[in-house]
Amino acid sequence: MDLFEYEFMLRALVGALIIGLAAPALGIYLVQRRLSLIGDGIGHVALTGVGVGLLLHHSPVITAVIVSAVGAVGVELVRQRGRTSGDLALALLFYGGIAGGVVLVGLSDDSSNANLMEYLFGSLITTSRQDVIVIGVLGVLVLVAMLALRPALFAISNDEEYARVSGLPVRTLNLLMAVTTAVTVTIAMRTVGLLLVSALMVVPVAAAQQVTRGFRATMTAAMLIGVCAAAAGVAVSAEVDTAPGATIVILALGVFVLLTAASMIARAVQPRRRKPVEAQPPEHRIAVPWPE
Amino acid sequence: MTVVRVSRAAVAYASREVLHDVSLEVGPGEVVAILGTNGSGKSTLIRTVLGLVALNHGEIELFGTPQRRFRDWARIGYVPQRMGAASGVPATVGEVVASGRLARRGIFKPPRAADRAAVRAALADVALADRIGDPVATLSGGQQQRTLIARALAGQPDLLILDEPTAGVDSASQDAFAATLTAFQRRGGTILLVAHELGPLAPLIDRCVVVHDGRIGHAGPVPEPAGHHAEPGHDHVHPHAAQETAGICEWAPTGERITAP
Repeated sequence: MDLFEYEFMLRALVGALIIGLAAPALGIYLVQRRLSLIGDGIGHVALTGVGVGLLLHHSPVITAVIVSAVGAVGVELVRQRGRTSGDLALALLFYGGIAGGVVLVGLSDDSSNANLMEYLFGSLITTSRQDVIVIGVLGVLVLVAMLALRPALFAISNDEEYARVSGLPVRTLNLLMAVTTAVTVTIAMRTVGLLLVSALMVVPVAAAQQVTRGFRATMTAAMLIGVCAAAAGVAVSAEVDTAPGATIVILALGVFVLLTAASMIARAVQPRRRKPVEAQPPEHRIAVPWPE
Repeated sequence: MTVVRVSRAAVAYASREVLHDVSLEVGPGEVVAILGTNGSGKSTLIRTVLGLVALNHGEIELFGTPQRRFRDWARIGYVPQRMGAASGVPATVGEVVASGRLARRGIFKPPRAADRAAVRAALADVALADRIGDPVATLSGGQQQRTLIARALAGQPDLLILDEPTAGVDSASQDAFAATLTAFQRRGGTILLVAHELGPLAPLIDRCVVVHDGRIGHAGPVPEPAGHHAEPGHDHVHPHAAQETAGICEWAPTGERITAP
C-alpha cells in the first residue's frame, strides 16, 4: 500500500495496532466487573494531566499518565470503601477532571482549540517517533500484565470475594488494574482521543462475546477484532480523509452489529445443541412453620 | 488441633451488633451445620470465619493459627451462596473451576498437568465432567451451585465452608450435593455449612449449631428425625399445634426451640 510509504502513516499504524491489541486485553476485565465506563471516566481525569503538562512545558503524555493513575487509584479506593456514595464520588472526580483540564489547557501558552481537540479526539497523524516509543513500551507492558496474570485477574473479576478467600492479593491486583487502566487510557489518547478511549476497551469485547463461549476465547477474539479495526481504521481514514480515531471506533461497532446479527440468525436457524435443563425447576421448599 | 475455633466473637455492621459473644469449635473430620432463620447472623458467622467480615471482639483460629496470621488459604474451600457475575463476559465451567486452583498453584505459574487433572477430578466429583467446555450461563441453578463446589474442591482443601448450598436447588442437584460432600468427608475432610434446612444433607451432619438473634441458641447432635415429620417433603402444617418449627434443628421465631414431637 502506497499510503504507508509515508513515515507518519507508518507511525500512525504502529501506534494504532498496539492500542488495538492492548485496549481490549484490559477492557475485558473491566466489562466483566461491570465497569465498562471506567475508562471513559479516567479519560476525563487524564485531560487534567494534559493541562498540567502543557502548563509546565512537560510531555503531556507523562503528566497525563501520572494524573490519571492517581485518579484511577482514587476511584479504586472509593470502590473498595463501599458503594454508598461511590457513584457520586466518581461523577465529581470525572467532571472535576475534564473541567480542570479545559481550564489548565486554556491557561497554558499553547492554548489553541486545536490543541484541546487533539487530545479529546486523537491525532494519530501527528504521532511523533518519541510518542510511538512511549506507546510501544507502555502498550507491551499492559499486554504482558493482562496476559500473564489472566487466571488471577479472571478470578478477581469473576468473584472478588472468592478470590479474597483464596488468599489472592486482591487489593494489589485491583490497584494494578487501576494503574494499567490509566496507562492504557493515556497511550490510547493519541490514537482515538480521550472521549473515545473507552470504546476501544469495550466495543471489541462486546462484539467478541456475541460468538464466544469462554473467557479466553473472548479475550483472543476481542484482541483480534481490536487490532483489525485499528488497522482498517487507519487505512480507511487516510483514504476517505476522516478522523482515524472515530473511524476505528465506527468499524469496531460495525463488527459488533455484524456479529450480533450473525449469532441471532445462527440461534434462530439451528436448534440448541444442548437444551438448558428445564425438566427440573428449582425446588423451593418453603417451610411453613405456622398453621393458617 | 481444632480446624476452626471461634472464641467469644462479636461482629457489628455500622453500629448494630449482629453477632454477640459467639463461640464455636470444629474438629478435624467433623461435619457441622449452622442453622437459623434469615437474619439470625448465621451467614455473618461463616463470613467472619473466612475473614470477609471484621471481628469487633473475640478471636478466630484456623488450623491452630490466629486468623490474622493465617496464610494457608488453599486449605480452605469456600462455596458462596450463588455464582457471581454469571451474565458478564462468558466463561466456561472449566475456567470457573480452574480459578479454584489458584490458591494452590500461585498466580504467576501457568497451569500444569496436575492442575488440569484436579479440575477434571473436581468436576467428576460433582457429576459435571461433560460440561467442562460449556458456558456457565447455560447451566441450571443447581448445576451452577455444583460448579462452585467443584471450584472449591479443585484446590484440594482440608476444610469446606458452604453458605446455604442447597437453597433453591433442584432435588437432583441436592442429591448430587450430598454424595459429593459424603465423598469429601470420607477422604478426611472437615465441613462447616450454613443451611436453612438440611434436606438430603441431614444424615451427613455430626453436629448442629443454631444461631438465633446473633447468639448460639443450641449446639449439639442433630435430633433424631421422628417419622415422616422430619422428612423434607413434609409440609409441617399441624392444625392442632399452636406453633411448629420448619424442620429439624430449626429455631422457632419465638425463641423457643421445638423439636419434632
